[in-house]
Amino acid sequence: MLDLLAQTGLNAVYAASYISLVAVGLVLIFGVMGVINFAHGELFMAGSYVVVAVYADMHMPFFFAVVIGLLFVGCLGLLMERALFRPLRDNPLGGLVASIGFLMILQALASMGFGVRMEFIPPVTQHVIWFTDSISIPLARVYVIVAAVLLLSALWYFLKRTRFGWALRASAQDPQAAELQGISIAHTARIAMFIGAGLAGIAGALTAPLVSVNPHMGHSVIVTAFIVIIVGGVGSLEGAIIASVVYAFVHTFVTTFYGGVIADITGLSLMLVVLIVKPTGLFGSADRA
Amino acid sequence: MLKFLIWPLAAVALLALPHGLSFSQQEILVFLTINILLVTSYRLLTLTGEWSLAHVVIMGVGAYASALFTKELGIYVPVSMLLGGLVSALIAVILSFPLFRMKGFYFLIGSFAAGEIIRLLWKHFRDPFGGAKGIKGIDPMPDFSIGIYNFDFFEPVSYFYFAGLVVAVCMWILWRIERSPVGLTFHAVHWQDKLAEASGVNLRAYRTLAFAVASGFAGISGALLAHYIGTINPGSFDLDYMVFVLTWAIVGGTGTFYGPILGCVALTILNEVVLREMGFEQARPLIYGCILIASILFMPNGLESIVQKFTKRRAKQ
Repeated sequence: MLDLLAQTGLNAVYAASYISLVAVGLVLIFGVMGVINFAHGELFMAGSYVVVAVYADMHMPFFFAVVIGLLFVGCLGLLMERALFRPLRDNPLGGLVASIGFLMILQALASMGFGVRMEFIPPVTQHVIWFTDSISIPLARVYVIVAAVLLLSALWYFLKRTRFGWALRASAQDPQAAELQGISIAHTARIAMFIGAGLAGIAGALTAPLVSVNPHMGHSVIVTAFIVIIVGGVGSLEGAIIASVVYAFVHTFVTTFYGGVIADITGLSLMLVVLIVKPTGLFGSADRA
Repeated sequence: MLKFLIWPLAAVALLALPHGLSFSQQEILVFLTINILLVTSYRLLTLTGEWSLAHVVIMGVGAYASALFTKELGIYVPVSMLLGGLVSALIAVILSFPLFRMKGFYFLIGSFAAGEIIRLLWKHFRDPFGGAKGIKGIDPMPDFSIGIYNFDFFEPVSYFYFAGLVVAVCMWILWRIERSPVGLTFHAVHWQDKLAEASGVNLRAYRTLAFAVASGFAGISGALLAHYIGTINPGSFDLDYMVFVLTWAIVGGTGTFYGPILGCVALTILNEVVLREMGFEQARPLIYGCILIASILFMPNGLESIVQKFTKRRAKQ
């Protein structure tokens, strides 16, 4: 029993890693742009397909493909900022619909370019770390955990310790006041979109060999990300990370002991309860909505 | 003179319409009729300023309820459709307790969560909802004859006439509600909520009323769908369908009664008829997505703004 708990805990840590990468990106985009990016799950999918193209089809090294995934999806983010969110700045529902349009385009491009079948990606490494006879973790999952810790620490340092980070947080808190202080909103918006999209992309790229890559994989990712950012509080990066860990543990344990559908219901109920009891989320402040 | 003629002419045109279409187009026409009721009821909800992501699931509640009433209790189909609408309204009243503690973005996400939970419950409970496979073999509308016309409800034309009549009656009721003092209060709740509250309007009660009435009609549209296609499952009422309803309303524009209908008709014809028949099967979502983005970028007030521009110009002359 103890072994099963430990093993499930390890699985939960892995799930928390990639969920937090996606959710933090979504929070960053919402904070700075004020728009709900419905296409965020498809940015995750795009990251996975970069790995399919560069690593599985062109036989380049895996980590090279991951970096390409980060850059490519980051650039997709820049494109979205320029083409969709900047012209629709004062129209949040319009931004939502535009991101839905973008989602359809990305899905269609993926199924036209790669087919609707599940893609097979050769495993990066077969190596498995055994802690005891029954507790183990594949090395490929460790990569995801390490990447999440490194990237999120770097992001934290960037936001709290650098001038760009200050500018970014300032324009998220109060765009007009930030503009009056000489901060270029367009510039911070571009940085936020690149980082936010890039994080989704790298999460998709790193998990590509571990999940089933198909054009509709973004759906469950965006649902999970929504739950996480609501539970954590819509404006809060720390909240998103903590909520990712909480959600991943709850979901993984309920899946192991009661099954997937019950786990999904539990996750959604968790979010609904948080919304009812404290609509700003556990770590959100009342004025960021 | 023209005003008195326009409604009978429109009715005759609608009666004749399906006879000029192919079989698959007739089927699309039936779905379009049902979707028009869905999107019109959605607009009643948006009148109070809240955008729900649960509307399609609420439609599904009506479909499941009506299907189960006929299957388990043997209730006559048209009656069970009404009951389906009532169940949807009832579920909406229950959902309103947690949901109306939220506003705006939080309501959007909260309603989505509530809808997904209902959908997952259908998926989880094989009895009575049939699990992931759903309910099969739902009783169709019983055939009947009115002397000059025999209704055979396996024929899309017959079902179009029946659904068209039901939808027309429902839309007339929705239109009357919007024009009534209650409807004006809905507007006030949206645009001047503080002022309305100060003048003694119970905001919560009016939001709940709008939610319940809109959900009731969505439930009827779901029942219409269920008894036509004969099989429903949790996948029939998923987020993809909801996204379509949302885009119909926004692309059409929600400033007027006809805006969402315009959006629904235009985008359905575009998606189902034009793009499908031009042979763009795989690229269809691609083109649809591009058109969605273009219309939101270049027509922020929706398709209805074009109609308004045109009618204003005519009024000037």
